[in-house]
Amino acid sequence: MLSMLILAGGGAVSPVVFQFAIFILAIFVGYYVVWSVTPALHTPLMAVTNAISSVIVVGALIAVAAGVGSGSGISTWAGAVAAALCAVNIFGGFLVTQRMLAMYKKKQK
Amino acid sequence: MTLSANLAAGLYIVSAVLFILALRGLSSPETSRRGNLFGMIGMAIAIVTTLLVIGVGGKSAALIGGGLALGGIAGAIIARKIPMTDMPQLVAAFHSLVGLAAVLVAVAAFYSPDAFGIMQDGIIKGYSLLELSLGAAIGAITFTGSVIAFAKLNGNMSGSPILLPGRHILNLALALGVAVLIGMLMKSGGTDPRLMWGIIILTLILGVTLIIPIGGADMPVVVSMLNSYSGWAAAALGFTLGNLALIITGALVGSSGAILSYIMCKGMNRGFLSVILGGFGADAAAAASGDREERPVKRGSAEDAAFIMKNASKVIIVPGYGLAVAQAQHATREMADALKEEGVDVAYAIHPVAGRMPGHMNVLLAEANVPYDEVFELEDINSEFANADVAFVIGANDVTNPAAKTDPSSPIAGMPILDVDKASTVLFVKRSLSPGYAGIDNDLFYADNTMMLLSDAKKMVEEIIKSL
Repeated sequence: MLSMLILAGGGAVSPVVFQFAIFILAIFVGYYVVWSVTPALHTPLMAVTNAISSVIVVGALIAVAAGVGSGSGISTWAGAVAAALCAVNIFGGFLVTQRMLAMYKKKQK
Repeated sequence: MTLSANLAAGLYIVSAVLFILALRGLSSPETSRRGNLFGMIGMAIAIVTTLLVIGVGGKSAALIGGGLALGGIAGAIIARKIPMTDMPQLVAAFHSLVGLAAVLVAVAAFYSPDAFGIMQDGIIKGYSLLELSLGAAIGAITFTGSVIAFAKLNGNMSGSPILLPGRHILNLALALGVAVLIGMLMKSGGTDPRLMWGIIILTLILGVTLIIPIGGADMPVVVSMLNSYSGWAAAALGFTLGNLALIITGALVGSSGAILSYIMCKGMNRGFLSVILGGFGADAAAAASGDREERPVKRGSAEDAAFIMKNASKVIIVPGYGLAVAQAQHATREMADALKEEGVDVAYAIHPVAGRMPGHMNVLLAEANVPYDEVFELEDINSEFANADVAFVIGANDVTNPAAKTDPSSPIAGMPILDVDKASTVLFVKRSLSPGYAGIDNDLFYADNTMMLLSDAKKMVEEIIKSL
């Protein structure tokens, strides 16, 4: 498929374009998945989206390694602090979601 | 052990899919717990993959291990200790952390462009600079905006709108300034860090000036909107890092927050723009406090309320923000249990914007062990009020105000309301007769079939239980 695109476009397509395509498709996935969330669980939804958006921790870890490697103190410490902030969110977000979800019970017949 | 780039990319896709499944699980309470587990596994995969790719050791291992451990312990403690009534401010606080983390990652990438693979011919690539500055800008707005939202929700600052003179022009000027700086940064090839810091400082200010004019009861929209922003910031940096887990997750969170904002705005029948431009309630409150006529109301005691409800066959409980403030959720459930023992049919009706965040009331009722199949959304229960003997309104006001339907000039005109006035008797638990957030008087207080129970919500409910 990639080669077809190259033929059609008369040149190589930048990987950014593919990333953008994935981004757009993921917005649609998010749209349909989130509309199917029951309104009763909107608070857990916010807590868990908050936890998963902390996957930005990936950037923080790369920043620490990059900073240590290149000797940039700013990158190192910005990365380390970002990693700690993300960890607060990851652990806090998933655990508080778990705590909330455990409370939702059906009527005992 | 180091991973090949392709294998790492594959693992990041696996973690993104697990995140999608985590959200998918929330379509029902039964599947939600498994979904949350998927989310945790996805996060673990993303972190381990990254550690294997960058190959940590020595100093970086100590910093990463220390940072994750410190943050993780703090997060775990907060998650265990936080009362459910404080969930809106907790979520706002968490958003601020994501925003700040995004700013820090963007700064780190700017100072170590080589290691982030965004250099070309000795300068940082133009589109990488665009992604970085967008990530930093949205992150900074999310950070300070969430701090303000937190302070308003937590009571550290007043929930009423703060209107700076010329605030729209100020915000517009700040936004223009940011756009100009981003343009200059891209043109310079990222050689001048002052431009980057300029963008961050302006957007930090913008976050404050955007949120301070928005009043407390509009916070459900603000919190959802900041949720969305934190997603877009993550996605922007995902492009910089070429990381699919970040791009996909950012898009998911971004659209999730946007949908929640939309649902909240629809719940108030207001445009998104009118909410985020702020100032709502400030004028009406000023007008209402001037000339309020004294109208007769029927007041009741706990004994009266207990008597009426005991003899009812169907009672619908309508909780609002006041329930959260008074921490009355457990007492309310006990009252419902006592009524059920008397053979009364009890249900709960929840307005989409009741409380301070989407789903706030559902969580509180769940905490008090109310089965979720006794709790109904507005459109599912509204027709039931006509058949109900009693509507028991506790700490909700504007969402029950008939003026939304009858008075086209009312600030809440057109807002969908719970038709509690259709019930044979309305019992209205409220601290005082003061108007609600929107600053408008509620005709319901003065209706013939309304009995006002003026007291603290928790105290009143406890007294009713005693009299049952």
